[in-house]
Amino acid sequence: METIDLARVAVRDLNRRLQMREGDNGETEFSVLNPGGAHALAAGLTHPINVTIDGHTGYYCAGMNQEANVTVVGNAGTGVAENMMSGVVRVKGDVSQSAGATAHGGMLVIEGDASARCGISLKGADIVVQGSVGHMAAFMAQAGRLVVLGDVGADLGDSLYEAQIFVCGTVASLGADCVEKEMKSTHKSELEALLASAGVDTDASGFRRYGSARQLYNFNIDNAGSY
Amino acid sequence: MSDDNKTSATYPPRVIAEIQRAAKEGIYEIRGAGAKRSVPNFDDLVFLGASMSRYPLEGYRERCDTDVTIGARHASKPIKLDIPITIAGMSFGALGANAKKALGLAATAMGTSTTTGDGGMTQEEREASKTLVYQYLPSRYGMTPDQLRQADAIEVVVGQGAKPGGGGMLLGQKITDRVAGMRTLPTGIDQRSACRHPDWTGPDDLEIKIRELREITNWEKPIYVKVGATRTRYDVMLSVKAGADAVVVDGMQGGTAATQDVFIEDVGIPTLPAVRLAVDALKELDMHRKVQLIVSGGIRTGGDVAKALALGADAVSIGMAALMALNCNAPLYEEDYAALGTAPGACHMCHTGRCPVGITTQDPELEKRLDPEEGARRLRNYLSTLTMECQTLARACGKSHVHNLEPEDMVALTVEAAAMAQVPLAGTDWIPGRS
Repeated sequence: METIDLARVAVRDLNRRLQMREGDNGETEFSVLNPGGAHALAAGLTHPINVTIDGHTGYYCAGMNQEANVTVVGNAGTGVAENMMSGVVRVKGDVSQSAGATAHGGMLVIEGDASARCGISLKGADIVVQGSVGHMAAFMAQAGRLVVLGDVGADLGDSLYEAQIFVCGTVASLGADCVEKEMKSTHKSELEALLASAGVDTDASGFRRYGSARQLYNFNIDNAGSY
Repeated sequence: MSDDNKTSATYPPRVIAEIQRAAKEGIYEIRGAGAKRSVPNFDDLVFLGASMSRYPLEGYRERCDTDVTIGARHASKPIKLDIPITIAGMSFGALGANAKKALGLAATAMGTSTTTGDGGMTQEEREASKTLVYQYLPSRYGMTPDQLRQADAIEVVVGQGAKPGGGGMLLGQKITDRVAGMRTLPTGIDQRSACRHPDWTGPDDLEIKIRELREITNWEKPIYVKVGATRTRYDVMLSVKAGADAVVVDGMQGGTAATQDVFIEDVGIPTLPAVRLAVDALKELDMHRKVQLIVSGGIRTGGDVAKALALGADAVSIGMAALMALNCNAPLYEEDYAALGTAPGACHMCHTGRCPVGITTQDPELEKRLDPEEGARRLRNYLSTLTMECQTLARACGKSHVHNLEPEDMVALTVEAAAMAQVPLAGTDWIPGRS
C-alpha cells in the first residue's frame, strides 16, 4: 500500500503516479489522504489498480477511468467517473450533478444520493445508486443501465435511446419518449446479477423497468409537441 | 411602365415559395452548407500595397514565412504548422471515409492540421493525418481517453458558426451500421446531438474541465476552445480565462452537415467583425499572440487568409472550401444533382447523404466517386494556392512573415466593413465608431 498525501503532493504528481507514468514499482494499492475537494483526482487511470480516496473530491474524480477500482470515502463533486470506459468507481457518500456522464463501460456505485442528470448520455456503463437521484436522470442515455434504489426526480430518461432504467422508489415524472416496460423474469435475473456485482443486498422484485418507446428516433412533425 | 408584373421586395418569388413549402410540409427546412445571404465580408477590404513610405519584398526572391505554432501557453507539446491554414472539424458520418482520408492526406502534405468531428476518430483519419485535432463535443459520441491521447491537440467545441447554440444533426440515412456503432446509437435514427456539454456549464466549470483534460493527457496537448461567432468579445475572454491555449472563432458563413435553414441564416455574426472583436479581446487581456486565434467561416481565397491575419488572427480554418476543392458542387453527375432538386453551384444537400460527388455520403457507390488520393492532390493544390496568394499580398505590403500583416495595411470599401473591421473607409481617415 502506497500512501499519497495531497496536503504534501500536488494533484499533478498524484495523477502522474496513479497513471503509472513514473515510479511504476508494481504497486497496485494506493491510499490518497486529504483530497480537500480537489478536482480531477485519479482522472485518466489506465491500469487495474485499487485507489482509496479518504475524503471528499471535487469535479471529475476518476474521470475517463480505465480498469482501475477507485473508492471515494466521502462525497464526490460534478461528473464523478464521467466517460468511464471500464473498472469500478464507488462513492461512499453523495454525488453532485452528471455522475457517470457519457460513461461507456465499467460500474459506478453511489451509496448515497445523486443530484441532477445522473447518467446523462450514458453509453454503456452501469450505474447503481443506493439513494435517490435528481431530475433529468439518464437524459439521452444511449446504452447501459441505471439502477436507483430510492426515488427519482422529474423527467426520468428524457429522449432515451437503448439504455435501461430500474427504479425501486417513486418516479416524479417520465421524460419524452421514456415509458415503463414489463419487468420479465429475464430482466429480474439481469437486475439481480447487477445488484450482486455492485455489492448491494436488496430484493430485485420491487423494481420497475423503464426504457425508450422509440417514438422519437426519427423526426416526425406530428411529434413536435413531445419535445 | 406597367407594374402588373412587378415582384415584391418583401415577398420575392423565393420567399413566396418558402411560405408555400412550409404551408405544405409543416416543418422547417433542414439543409447543409453555410449562410447564403449576403453579409459584409473580406471582399469589402483591400490592401494598401507598398509605395513611397513602405518597401515591398521581391515576389520571387525574398522569403515570406508562413509557419505558426499553436498551444505554447500551457501545452508541453504545442503543434507547429507550416502554413496558417488548417482544416476545420468535420465528422466521419457527415463525410465519408474517402473524404476524411483526402483531407488528412492533403493537410499532411502541406504541413498543416486536420480535425475530427462528432463521432470520434477513425483509424484511417489518424493514419492519414500527421497533425490531428480531436474535437471534444457535447454529444461525446465515440469520445474515448485513448483517442484523446492519440490526438495532437484537443478542441473543446462550445459552438459553431453555422448554428451557435445548436447541437449536431445527422439524419437517419447517414447513420449506417459503422457510423451508428461509433456513436453507440441505433442504426438509421435521426441523430440530434446535445447542444450543451453534459458535465459542465459556464466558464468556471470549463476551466475545471480543461484541467481534467490536461491531467488525462499529461499536459501535453494544446487545448482549443471553439465558439460560434456571437458575443465574441466575451466568449474569447472567457475562453482565455478558462485556460484555452487557442480560441477558434467560427463566423456565420461557416458550414454544417445539417441543420435548420433558419439557424444557418439568422443566428451569429459574420466572420469579418468576429475577427476584430476576438483580437480586441485578446489584446485587452494582453494575450494576443500568446493565445492563438484561429478564424473560420467563409475563408475562400488567399486574400481572405491575408485579411484575417492582418486583422490579427494567427491562423484560419477552412471547411466548405476544402470540400469544394474535393469537388463539392462541381459540374459532374448533374443528373444526380437534379434528382435532389438542385444543381452544381447551388447544392446544399449534404444532409441527404446522396452527395453527387461522393463527399458527404455513406453510400459505398457514391463514395467511389471520390478517389482520396486524387482529392488530396486537388486540396493540396488549393492550399498551396491560398498560401502563395497570402504570401503575395504580404510581400506587397513589405512583410517577411504573413503574421506581420496588420490592420494598417488595409482600408474598407464600405462603411459597414470599416465599422466592423475598424479600418478606415478607403479615401478617408474615418473609422466609424471612433471619434
